Formats: sequence, C-alpha cells, structure tokens
Amino acid sequence: MLNRPHHVAWTVVVLLTVVLLNLPERAAGHAKFAISTLFLPLFGLVGSGQTLVEQGGATLATRRSLLQELDRLRRENQQLQLQALQGAAALRENDRLRQLLGWRTQTRWHTQAARVIARDPENWWRMVLIDRGSRDGLRPNLPVFTPDGLIGRVTDVGFSTAQVVFVGDPKCRVAVVVRETGEQGVITAPSAGVLDHRLVDLTHLPRNSALKPGQTVFTSGLGGVFPAGLPVGSVVDSRTVGYGLSTEARVNLFADTSRLAELLVLLP
Amino acid sequence: MLLLLLAFVGVFAQATVELPRRWLGAQFSVLPAVVVCAAVSADITTVTLVAVVGGLWLDALSANPLGVSMLPLFLVGFLLNRWQDLVLREIAYAQSVLGLLATVGVTLMKLVLLLTLGEHPLLGWGVLWQLLVVGAGGAVLTPLACRFVEALTGLFAYLPEPSSAFRTDREIKRGRT
Repeated sequence: MLNRPHHVAWTVVVLLTVVLLNLPERAAGHAKFAISTLFLPLFGLVGSGQTLVEQGGATLATRRSLLQELDRLRRENQQLQLQALQGAAALRENDRLRQLLGWRTQTRWHTQAARVIARDPENWWRMVLIDRGSRDGLRPNLPVFTPDGLIGRVTDVGFSTAQVVFVGDPKCRVAVVVRETGEQGVITAPSAGVLDHRLVDLTHLPRNSALKPGQTVFTSGLGGVFPAGLPVGSVVDSRTVGYGLSTEARVNLFADTSRLAELLVLLP
Repeated sequence: MLLLLLAFVGVFAQATVELPRRWLGAQFSVLPAVVVCAAVSADITTVTLVAVVGGLWLDALSANPLGVSMLPLFLVGFLLNRWQDLVLREIAYAQSVLGLLATVGVTLMKLVLLLTLGEHPLLGWGVLWQLLVVGAGGAVLTPLACRFVEALTGLFAYLPEPSSAFRTDREIKRGRT
C-alpha cells in the first residue's frame, strides 16, 4: 500500500511534469536559461583551467619551434593579405556592377567568435551551449559556421549564453544547392548512421538527379535564415526513393562538429 | 544534500566531458546512477528531490523539453525505493545490475515520452549501440556513486557510539552507600 509521502511525491512529480511540458515555448526557454545559470561558475572554472593549461603549454614551447611558427605565420599572412586585396577589388567591382544594374548592394558579413562551453548531455540531439548571448548581439536563427563550413544556427538566446543546433539535428534544416549541377535540396537529419556526426541527408532532389560523389554543396539562400554561398559538405552517394519519384543523397559535412571548440556567429 | 551535489556535478560532467562521446560514440548518463543510490539508501522525499531537481538541471542544458526527464527518473527511483528491502543494496554487483537496468529504463522512457510529445530525436540502429554504452556506463557508475556517497556521509556524519558491555543494573558498587 502506498502511504502519504508516496502520494505526495507522485502528485508533485506528475503536476510539475504536466505544468512544465505545457509551458509556452518562450517561457520554457527562459526557465531553461535561468536554471542553467547555476552552472555558469563551473563553466567559468573549466574555461579558466583550459586557459591556464594553454598558457602553461605556451611557456613550455621552445624558442626554435616558436621561430618556425612565426616564419610560417608571416608567409601565410602575406598570402592572405594578397587574397584580401584581390577580394576587396572583386567586392568593389561587384558593388559597382550591382549599382549599374540597379540591384541592391549586398550587406557585408560581421562575425562574432564564440567558445563552446557545453554539449547536449543527451545522445539524441546535436546541440551546444556557447559563451555569447543577447548582450553580445546574438538573437535566434543567426547562422553559425567555422572556416571549414556551415555548422548550424542559434536557437535560444540567454543573456550571456546561447544554444546552437548543428546541421543534422532535426531542428536545423538547410536549403542548399549542389554547385556542379545547380540542383537544389534540403539538408535534413540523417535517416541512419546516428553515430557519424558528419553524415547528413540531402532530400527533395529531383527524380532524374545527376549527383556524383565528391560534388560540393553550398547554402542556397532560400528560406531566409542562411545566406547563399556558405560551404556545407560534399556528396557521398545518392539513391532514388519514393518508388523512383525523388532522389536522396548522403552528404559529408566539411566542418567536424564532434571536435568543435570555437565557432563564428554570423551577425546581420 | 550530498546526493543533490553529486547530481549537479554529474549533469555538469555529462555536458562537458567529451571522452566517452569521442571514443565510444555515446555519452554516459549519471543521473540514473544517483537516483539508484538515493532509492536504496534514502527515503522517498530524497528520491523525489533528486529526480525533480536533477531532471530540471539536465533538461536545462539539453534540447529536451523542460520537465521530460523528471518522470522517468522518479519512476525508477520510486520502484527501487518501494522494494529497497528486497534488493541486495549493499553488494556492488547488485548495484551494478540495478544501475544498468535503471539507466536503460530511464533512457527508453525518455525516448517514448519525447516521441509522444511529437519531438523528433535522432534515432537509428546506432541507438542500440548507444543504449549498450549508456547501460554499461550506468553499471559502472552506480556502485562508484554509492561508495562515494557512503564515504562522504561517513566524513560528515557523527561516528556511531561504540557498543559497550557496561550495564547499569549490573554495576558493582563499592564502598558505603
């Protein structure tokens, strides 16, 4: 027989569950960020520890290796400066031509660097928590990427932290275009291969698609969340689905989200 | 209090320690182990507190809907607590088995709840491997968590009074009364 404390416990848990699961999305998001602030001191401690270890490693580096690194970076800097000059010239030309044609000038990308402070503790989501929030100008639906390619988008934003869902999570669909064929599709969560974080599905492709392994996939700009031209991944293989009515492909993402420590948020 | 502290650190570790995810492809689940410890050694109030607060902490750091973890954790804790006198709760292998069953049970119940709520968690054949890893993790973590709690309780609690053969009714009184 259940006694009084058992009844009280059941009532409390069931009531709390029902109330919390029926909270409006916005209120639930705020409640989540309020609760997760309890962990901020620990995140700060871990971040400081990592910085200390990195600094300790830097002091142990030999003068010779530092000089080699400096030399390599100087050469890389020269090449990048040259590329930046060429890029700036191309941009100016692009702006002038757009002006001549009467098209709207494209807005420049501004980025905000952020550090990953936590990963989703559950195995069935691909989400991380970053150390930038509304105080840094972040808001929901901003694209997130690394120099390798697109990572995902910001979903919920707190004052000093924000949640980012990765490409491949069911909550992050991306409209893309295959550069070589011009075919457009949508990147969705993988239907199989849950363990491989870089493998996602490319769906909504036409029936007679001419996809080949190795072809590159970029954001198409459709949907309004992701700007056009961000590299996403390369085609691994394709197959016809729905009794031959459409084609699906598997795409290997350029950016490895499983070893991510820092990322860039694209600000408007 | 110690169990809550363990749950807090466990949830934090689950979100920040990446070695199991990198090497085994799945993250361990710490909360079921803590709930098992609470269920076999404490009363229903403590079990409820650990399930509710721990579940909220976990959901706050996850993309889970807030509150989805509480009920599965509480259900497992409640069942174990109700029959705590029937389980070999002080033996490590029994704790391991309980931890394995609790971890797998909580994970499956959470998945069922998520699907019922219309969410779309990432599922596939790989989930079986993840369940195996999570279950094995629970089997290892549960006895460790129980030993840890016992050790900490021993540190903070008063030492039990040593039993003595002295009895007042058998005292030999000397001298004049």
